[in-house]
Amino acid sequence: MAKSYEEINAKIKAGKAVILTAEEVSRMAEEASPAEIAKKVDVVTTATFGAMCSSGCFINFGHPSPPIRMESISLNGVSVFGGVAAVDGYIGATEVSPEDPKYGGAHVIEALIRGEELLLKAYGKGTDCYPRREVATWVSKATVNEITMVNPRNAYQNYPAATNSTERQLHTYMGSLLPRRGNVNYSTSGELSPLINDPYLRTVGLGTRVFLAGAQGFVSWRGTQFNTTKPRAPNGVPEGNAATLMLTGDLKEMSADFLRAAYFERYGVSLYLGIGIPIPVLDEDMARCVSIRNRDIPVLVCDYGAEGHPAIARTNYEELRSGRVELDGRSVRTAPLSSLSKAREIASLLKAQVASGAFPLGPPAQALPADSTVRGLEIKGRAR
Amino acid sequence: MKEKYVLEYSSAMVDEPVIYTLVKRFDIKVNILRAEISSGQEGSMLVELEGDRAKLDEGRGYLASLSVTLLPISNSLRVREDACIHCGSCTGVCFSGCLTMGAPDWLLAVDRDKCIACGLCVKACPLGLIGLKFGE
Ligand code: SF4
Ligand code: SF4
Repeated sequence: MAKSYEEINAKIKAGKAVILTAEEVSRMAEEASPAEIAKKVDVVTTATFGAMCSSGCFINFGHPSPPIRMESISLNGVSVFGGVAAVDGYIGATEVSPEDPKYGGAHVIEALIRGEELLLKAYGKGTDCYPRREVATWVSKATVNEITMVNPRNAYQNYPAATNSTERQLHTYMGSLLPRRGNVNYSTSGELSPLINDPYLRTVGLGTRVFLAGAQGFVSWRGTQFNTTKPRAPNGVPEGNAATLMLTGDLKEMSADFLRAAYFERYGVSLYLGIGIPIPVLDEDMARCVSIRNRDIPVLVCDYGAEGHPAIARTNYEELRSGRVELDGRSVRTAPLSSLSKAREIASLLKAQVASGAFPLGPPAQALPADSTVRGLEIKGRAR
Repeated sequence: MKEKYVLEYSSAMVDEPVIYTLVKRFDIKVNILRAEISSGQEGSMLVELEGDRAKLDEGRGYLASLSVTLLPISNSLRVREDACIHCGSCTGVCFSGCLTMGAPDWLLAVDRDKCIACGLCVKACPLGLIGLKFGE
């Protein structure tokens, strides 16, 4: 009883498609079997709104007259990578201003989305074809050519929760971790999380249309540190952070409702980003995948106080969401770091967009790798 | 009745037996929850004052006459809730039950009277939305 993408899109067009959020389908699965869900439901929307450091934008500033080959570039004092063609640059979310360590690339990106004017400064050595050496002017998303978001690593599949067994408070990208395992922080949206609903990435691959900070973006490549070697639970969900996505979209179409600059104490600048992915319920197998409930998602709790952040316990999203988990027989408080309410907002918005026909579904142009592992960095001698 | 205040006082009054006076003269139960004295000898103190209405008013009048500023704890903690993304980071460090989040809506709830001015949430909010007036 398989359904094709064409059949699903035709049902959407005819206004007959049944579209649910991943939470709604998980409630339905308390009573309905995967076979029934495959019959009843056509599309399931997933979403997350969390901190994603590996994000940034290519910007083409346009040429002044006479033109310049921008080599050293900054926006509001934040360094922009200029090692690409003349007036192209890349602003990374975690780049920080030398004047203010709490202001960085993510703030620049948010300001661009909000339509604010930013101070652009650029220098070049001056060449025959690009004689100008200096630029200082104001730019905004209305004045520059393209602002293309290209995020090397987003939407981590099943990121572990964090705790801290040392005697001092740690300030991490997993938030403030209190001493002696004083708290546990977790960062994904559980049963609503995109890649947890399609653990083998059958429907998410190159060219998959995604909700990216309010715009329609696409999966442009596998994300960096893409890892298929993590052990999997019987339901297929990897135990620990596994697959990742590289996402691309047009910043000029994005909304600051779904993107926020952040500063983590003594860690640095990062970017909160809203991502949504609709998953077609092609058959019973996909129905089973999207039916996953918080209690079925295995989560590792890693110790950020020890080298390599080893896993010291395992739990699941139902326990994490209860507000307390057991660690060594002690009950420890838990807190989320990604916004479930925002993720829900995105999942419902995406549901409406898919229903309206504005968000057509399609098969990936190419599947993401089935076999990919992550290497460390070997430190060789004699490099200095 | 019980009320929580942040008291800010200057070096000029370190010789004044403030707490003693509150207890003796106004029959107010004073519970010092947190105190900090800076190098210039100005200080901040988080206190819970318990007594009957009239006595509390008189006690507050006495403190005001010494130029001690009294800030109800609910005014000392500022959370810019309009910009909040409801991530929950601040709730992980708040042990007093002031900042909480949970089912069904997973929106930040702020119960200011429970704040004990520990200050941990200020640095825990990745958007820098929380301020605490205590010392500094
Ligand atoms: S100052 Fe401490 S008690 Fe008050 S809200 Fe912040 S974390 Fe909670
Ligand atoms: S940490 Fe900041 S943004 Fe997150 S819930 Fe608390 S106040 Fe809101």
